[in-house]
Amino acid sequence: MAVRRVPERTAVRRVPERTAVRRVPAGTAARRIPAGLLAPAGVTAALALLPVGYLAVRSAEGGADAVARTLLRGRTLELAVRSLGLAAVVTALCVVVGISLAWLVVRSDLPGRRVFGVLAALPLAVPSYVAAYTWVAATGIEGFGGSVLVLTLCSYPYVYLPVAAALRRMDPAMEEVALSLGRGRSGVVLRQLRPSAAAGGLLVAMYVLAEFGAVAIMRFDVFTTQIYTSYRSGFSRTPAAVLGLLLVAITLVIVVAEFRTRGRAGYATRGAPARRPPVVRLGGAARAGALAWSVALAGLAVGFPLVSICYWLAGGSSAGADAGRIAEAVAATLGVAAAGAVLTTALAVPVGIIAARYRGRTATFLEQSTYVGHSLPGIVMALSLVFFAVRYVPAIYQRWPLLVIAYAVLFMPAAVGAVRASVLQSPPVLEEVARSLGRGPLRAVGEVTLPLALPGVLAGAALVFLTAMKELPATLLLRPTGMDTLATRLWTETGSGAYGAAAPYAALLMLLAAVPGFVLGRRSLEEAS
Amino acid sequence: MKLTVTDVRKSFGATEVLRGASLTVREGDLAAVLGPSGCGKTTLLRIVAGFEGLDGGSVRIGEREVAGLPPERRGVGIVPQEAALFPHLSVARNVGFGLPRGSSGRTGRIEECLELVGLAGYGDRMPHQISGGQQQRVALARALAPRPGVVLLDEPFNALDRSLRVSVRDEVRAALKRAGATAVLVTHDQEEALSMADTVAVMREGRIVQEGAPSSIYAAPRDLGVATFVGEAVVLTASRGRDTVTCELGDLLPRRDGATGTANGTADGTGNGTASETGNGAANGTADGAANGSVAGNGAGNGTAGSVALRPEQFVLRAPGEGAGGLVERVEFFGHDAAVTVTLESGTVIRARTRGDVPHRPGDRVGVTVEGPVLFFAD
Repeated sequence: MAVRRVPERTAVRRVPERTAVRRVPAGTAARRIPAGLLAPAGVTAALALLPVGYLAVRSAEGGADAVARTLLRGRTLELAVRSLGLAAVVTALCVVVGISLAWLVVRSDLPGRRVFGVLAALPLAVPSYVAAYTWVAATGIEGFGGSVLVLTLCSYPYVYLPVAAALRRMDPAMEEVALSLGRGRSGVVLRQLRPSAAAGGLLVAMYVLAEFGAVAIMRFDVFTTQIYTSYRSGFSRTPAAVLGLLLVAITLVIVVAEFRTRGRAGYATRGAPARRPPVVRLGGAARAGALAWSVALAGLAVGFPLVSICYWLAGGSSAGADAGRIAEAVAATLGVAAAGAVLTTALAVPVGIIAARYRGRTATFLEQSTYVGHSLPGIVMALSLVFFAVRYVPAIYQRWPLLVIAYAVLFMPAAVGAVRASVLQSPPVLEEVARSLGRGPLRAVGEVTLPLALPGVLAGAALVFLTAMKELPATLLLRPTGMDTLATRLWTETGSGAYGAAAPYAALLMLLAAVPGFVLGRRSLEEAS
Repeated sequence: MKLTVTDVRKSFGATEVLRGASLTVREGDLAAVLGPSGCGKTTLLRIVAGFEGLDGGSVRIGEREVAGLPPERRGVGIVPQEAALFPHLSVARNVGFGLPRGSSGRTGRIEECLELVGLAGYGDRMPHQISGGQQQRVALARALAPRPGVVLLDEPFNALDRSLRVSVRDEVRAALKRAGATAVLVTHDQEEALSMADTVAVMREGRIVQEGAPSSIYAAPRDLGVATFVGEAVVLTASRGRDTVTCELGDLLPRRDGATGTANGTADGTGNGTASETGNGAANGTADGAANGSVAGNGAGNGTAGSVALRPEQFVLRAPGEGAGGLVERVEFFGHDAAVTVTLESGTVIRARTRGDVPHRPGDRVGVTVEGPVLFFAD
């Protein structure tokens, strides 16, 4: 038989071969990380791991007996039940609220759905303790109910945002197949939303467990508040350390679960469908109900705190709030937050570059160690730094450097993420060209990659700056004596029932927080249009 | 400078990408490394540049062994795919990137290199303000500026439009020649390799399987794989006798190594006339039978079983009755020439290159003969 082999003419452009070849060595032939990057990244990792590590050391020092006594107390079990119960209820409510709002905004003909789409993301901008303050000040609601209300209203965007994104990317063909097979569409939709809803829900659970300010203002005792009390009372610090470690362990379970579902959620939503999903027409009654639900949520989550603050500001009852004190708090807040942003970014740059450019065990370890801050409740981290500083570096205890270091550990994940993402935007081939033109590995990064990554790195620094200004628990424990930030002033005034005096701080914090919230909302509006 | 790559080996995990690749490029030559995707040519280039380490072998630039050196100390210029200009630097600063800062001749050298690639006066533009072809030429100027020992070009024309590609190729070749640079071009495009390079090295499965001038690679490929990769070919089973190669298109004249183009006209005229009759006869009594017959006859010194590779330009379309009969399936008109796809009576499909003013239409009956000596490869 005759064989015909006519090679293809080369008009067809092929996929660049390099990517294909490069994928092979993943993890096996890792390039060596230059010492100039490795050393500072090592410092960052050590700093990030210090709090957890030292907490473990400190707990162990108390002796097995003391540890066991703390763990086996009836009070510990009660705290666990209260903490986990609060987390479970808030998570469940956030899932319901988040999915329902996401579906209405993305897939129904709800009137004004684009406006609701923006409003739905805004609660992220309201610090939970500020929201708690507005509710306590206006209604006097407290305890479990108050905590559930405030935390649900502040946290549901963590479910809403990923679910809305998943709904937008869902292929309408799947629903049509289900309908053609005689099934309803809701089953298919819910099945597909499960990964993103689960990831969002776990994030909510993690934040609720780490929450300090809102529950403390609501006077609902959980792990975090008990740790604070037990540290303040201060006979023996072992119980505080042990409770902190226990909370870290619980959080870690959730972090691991969240990490896994996030991976799966990524696969479920990969690729954009060719068509936009169809909009479901709501009937008259359903339409009215949906509108009422959306208006109520937006009103409670965004409208209520604003109105409450305005009421206290305008009511003239903001007695005791003098302009000098406010200015002092603003200056202090700006100062420590800026220092925190600078240190965080400086520490994040080497790790972010390594995370973007190198593979292998060392690179993975360095990157992941910085994510510890993500799973560490602020109060626990602060406590550990207090222990460490008191014993080893008393010179910085109750001085601002310790607080700035705490910010760096807490907000490192955001900064590393920003550096990594922006370095990835700059193609590695540019570094190779720079190498071939005589630059060493570090200079190639410095002259080519970093200038190109600069906007992203600065955006990350800005985000850290804004987040640090709102930080409460670590600031409360670590601030220098006599120094107050906006957050700690709000805390103090609320604690003594001076709601009017607290109002200006709440208003300023809302204003600060609105900046990234505004950006987020605009992005989701752009996605929606 | 001369580039000598000797027996280079490289594995990524369990995958052996280079299995003893060797390549020599004379000073001032432009060599093309030609191979299909995944043959290891890009890895070879990255090893020469120093972006990947090697597991064995040596890389010499001039007399200097560079295998252990980092990229910045090799004196190798690279022109990557898609140019990869530094987007935050002007054209002039891109070109000057590899020149020592504050050196006296720096500005002059930048001007000189831009002129070399025909872009004098473009120094102040930013990379996004110039076209893709211009970016590619700036990338070349940038690579040439520090006077590297070797310039490596990694499929540099892939991102360009087909129409633009030919002119950029010419300009790049001219600039390399003006600079007197030793250069290696990696490509999977055989037309690019054959038209641009002084020497072509065909790469397959991690080895260089044949090196030589473009014309000799095309005319005398060492095996069937090279023959079909470098240029189009129709491959037919055939058997080789003492002076002829017999296949379904008749008795053809085998090419003798080293002897190009002997007595085309006369040999073809007669050869094809008789060939067509025997060819048709063989086709009637199944090709398999014929192949088996020749294998059986092998021991008797009668014929060696193998394949014959026929180039599209070797086919001649004639009136029906002359040569092997066939039906025109498709005519692709390119202006300067045309390609005619013909299905022979045996079912074999061939693609013939003809002059542009082809008189045939799809559905026409034609006769097909073969012109010139053919390539035979024993099994």
